[in-house]
Amino acid sequence: MTEPVVDMRGISVEFPGVKALQGVDFRLFPGEVHALMGENGAGKSTLIKALTGVHKPTGLIRLRGEEVSFHGPGQAQDAGISTVYQEVNLCGNLTVAENILLGREPRRFGRIDGRATRRRAAELLERMGLAIDPGSVLADHPIAVQQLVAIARAVAVECQVLILDEPTSSLDAGEVAELFRIMRVLRDEGVAILFVSHFLEQVYEISDRMTVLRNGRLVGEYRTAELSRLDLVSAMLGRELSVLEELEQQTHPVDERAVLLRATGLGRKGAVEPFDLEVRAGEVVGLAGLLGSGRTELARLLFGADKADSGTLEFDGKPLHLRGPRQAISAGIGFCSEDRKAEGLVADLSVRDNLVLALQASRGWTRPLSKRTKDELVEKYVAMLDIRPATPDTPIRNLSGGNQQKVLLARWLVTKPKLLVLDEPTRGIDVGAKAQIQKLVAELAAEGVAVVFISAELEEVVRVSDRVVVLRDRRKVAELRGTDVDEVMAHIAGGRAAA
Amino acid sequence: MNRLWWALGALVALLVLNVVVTPSFFSIRMQDGHLYGSVIDILKNGAPTLLIALGMTLVIATRGIDLSVGAVVAIAAAVTCEYIATSSDPGSASTALVGMAISLGLCLVLGLWNGFLVAVLRIQPIVATLVLMTAGRGIAMLVTDGQIITVNNETYRSVGAGFVLLPLAILISVAVLALVAVATRKTALGLLIEAVGVNPEASRLAGVQSRTIIWTVYVFAALCAGVAGLMISSNVSAADANNAGLWIEMDAILAVVIGGTSLAGGRYSLTGTLLGALVIQTLTTTVYTAGIAPEITLVFKAVVVVVVILFQSPKVQALFRRRPKRPVAEVLKPQEVAS
Ligand SMILES: Nc1ncnc2c1ncn2[C@@H]1O[C@H](COP(=O)(O)OP(=O)(O)OP(=O)(O)O)[C@@H](O)[C@H]1O
Ligand SMILES: [Mg+2]
Repeated sequence: MTEPVVDMRGISVEFPGVKALQGVDFRLFPGEVHALMGENGAGKSTLIKALTGVHKPTGLIRLRGEEVSFHGPGQAQDAGISTVYQEVNLCGNLTVAENILLGREPRRFGRIDGRATRRRAAELLERMGLAIDPGSVLADHPIAVQQLVAIARAVAVECQVLILDEPTSSLDAGEVAELFRIMRVLRDEGVAILFVSHFLEQVYEISDRMTVLRNGRLVGEYRTAELSRLDLVSAMLGRELSVLEELEQQTHPVDERAVLLRATGLGRKGAVEPFDLEVRAGEVVGLAGLLGSGRTELARLLFGADKADSGTLEFDGKPLHLRGPRQAISAGIGFCSEDRKAEGLVADLSVRDNLVLALQASRGWTRPLSKRTKDELVEKYVAMLDIRPATPDTPIRNLSGGNQQKVLLARWLVTKPKLLVLDEPTRGIDVGAKAQIQKLVAELAAEGVAVVFISAELEEVVRVSDRVVVLRDRRKVAELRGTDVDEVMAHIAGGRAAA
Repeated sequence: MNRLWWALGALVALLVLNVVVTPSFFSIRMQDGHLYGSVIDILKNGAPTLLIALGMTLVIATRGIDLSVGAVVAIAAAVTCEYIATSSDPGSASTALVGMAISLGLCLVLGLWNGFLVAVLRIQPIVATLVLMTAGRGIAMLVTDGQIITVNNETYRSVGAGFVLLPLAILISVAVLALVAVATRKTALGLLIEAVGVNPEASRLAGVQSRTIIWTVYVFAALCAGVAGLMISSNVSAADANNAGLWIEMDAILAVVIGGTSLAGGRYSLTGTLLGALVIQTLTTTVYTAGIAPEITLVFKAVVVVVVILFQSPKVQALFRRRPKRPVAEVLKPQEVAS
């Protein structure tokens, strides 16, 4: 066997009160795609950051046989390790092109050559099969596009090691396929690729080997072809997974229930064309569509996150004029954004404060929640969603990605909404927890809560929804009941295959 | 928490320096029912800075900054003194009270103006408050006609120079400190201010009324500056539109920063601001009592501030924390590839 390009031995990383990694060994060979697997909080991102010099680990790291210790991600980058971190960390106010080439812009007479930058970026994006305007401002794009730009940035440089921490968490099947094509090309050129994903199908499709972590410890290193899914899951969880039994397709008899929300001709220029939509109490309505189809935009209009410029909303039998999220919240609507970092987390504040923020805001500042009430709420939801570590005073930024997502979900659950709009609520959540959340959605619906559910993963949308609304090119094109993935896919693709 | 220790350390160091230079530094005497002493002087002279720094803390916590507080000090001083001086009964208590009320009312309007620019028109705070910073002194000059206005009113004088055992100025600033502490901790205001400062968009989507909150902190900052203006001018029974509150915004911002509140917004510390204000004022006083020429005062201040802030920077702190690496040989273990 060839020499490993990355060889980490006995890596330990400790944060105050948390042993994130304990004596983990990890090897990455040239020309392989290596999946790093584990539950939320297992230490995957931490291992990556230990390698790239974000964290200072104890232990030994060899790169191409030489011992290294990076003092920051810049040095790792210079040594040929290109990384896309779990949370997109690009500059939202710069253009796509500038972000891709940041720090290595083409220069002319010592100054950055804007036109050449755009041209180079355009070439790159085209090579990746992405139709993104390189001159557009990054922050104007949805999180999935930002994720693609981050990937483009990482593969824009020559590298021997490419690290992708949950790059596919908000991508559609099409983009994933494109990404895998690029990954295979790079792998065949001898690049070592480290890949993290909670989608088992993807892991089995792309990876050659995998390393499994559990609670900060190494479970083992396996060849993908030799490890069954069941064995993988029990390696990750340390037990058999019972919740994973497929949630039966949900269809409650909801027709006789009252219409909770009725949108008539609701729309916003440039975001989504006017549409009609009815959501009944206790019903789960899934929104399906490709990236950029307008599914997120539609959801945002229902919550007043963006203002509609046409149409009317009726909620609970009364007209509802949304000037912003506050009216929506006081009417009983909750909204979990797909963009966890920019639109969800209040990073410096504690888990407790993040969890009660929406409830407190709706009460106004003059009616603070008592410490007792807060503690009770936090305790209840931390247990219910199995948020780890269960320490409410920890700043939420220190939680692993999946656990952060659970706190944000809890933020809305405590407000006891009548309608919950969930945009990619299972983004970055591990297999076990994903099943838990899907179950939770079903339970909420059974209690009479209406849910609008978006996910890039079609199977998931179809599984949890009573009804699926399909969007294409920013327009609502179909409404399907008791449907299956193939039918939804056909409508998404443009009705060509449908008949 | 860590950052507070640095501010506290700086303060203690300065106090020790003072005791070395003037052994009687901590002695306090009682005279005519009033307490006197260097420490009391520091507290008294630092009261306006502390007041303004309190307002500034909340503004900074929302990711803002208020450069106009110095100008507001001048306006508050000018308006009150002008009113008292031109009134029919310039010595009476009611004149003083009405004058102060008018002046604080005006400060409220000025705060609303700043808040309007920042919260509604979404102008960057540094630019928005620069408007009033430059225009404000002009307004004060207009009010006073470019003259130094002196007044002779006992009621007014007591705000800055009066005593109730301790100088009134100290009591006022401590009362405001207590008020802010209660208002932010016993209500949800503190949480909401921090949330807006850390992530405005996430806060908006969680239903936080960020506009109202931002507006409120600018109004509060202007009111604090107004009260500070009354203290400063009443202490000398005069309004000097040119010099009242000059550069005090810098002292206030420094006090906040030394106290460990980041200019990037978010988490703030009132205790830190109190310490920061004390550090700044002790420094100023030390420089005077040590007989250092006033021209050098600013340089001296700058040095201390730079040192404190350097010690607070994450990079420098990391240097202190770096532990020697543990030997790693014994944790090596043979790789096993399951198959
Ligand atoms: N900066 C930090 N300070 C304190 N604790 C941290 C910090 N970063 C991570 N942790 C903790 O370390 C553990 C491992 O986190 P890590 O982010 O590596 O998990 P992960 O495997 O990437 O999970 P996910 O699938 O949810 O992304 C978690 O318990 C987390 O709370
Ligand atoms: Mg992670």
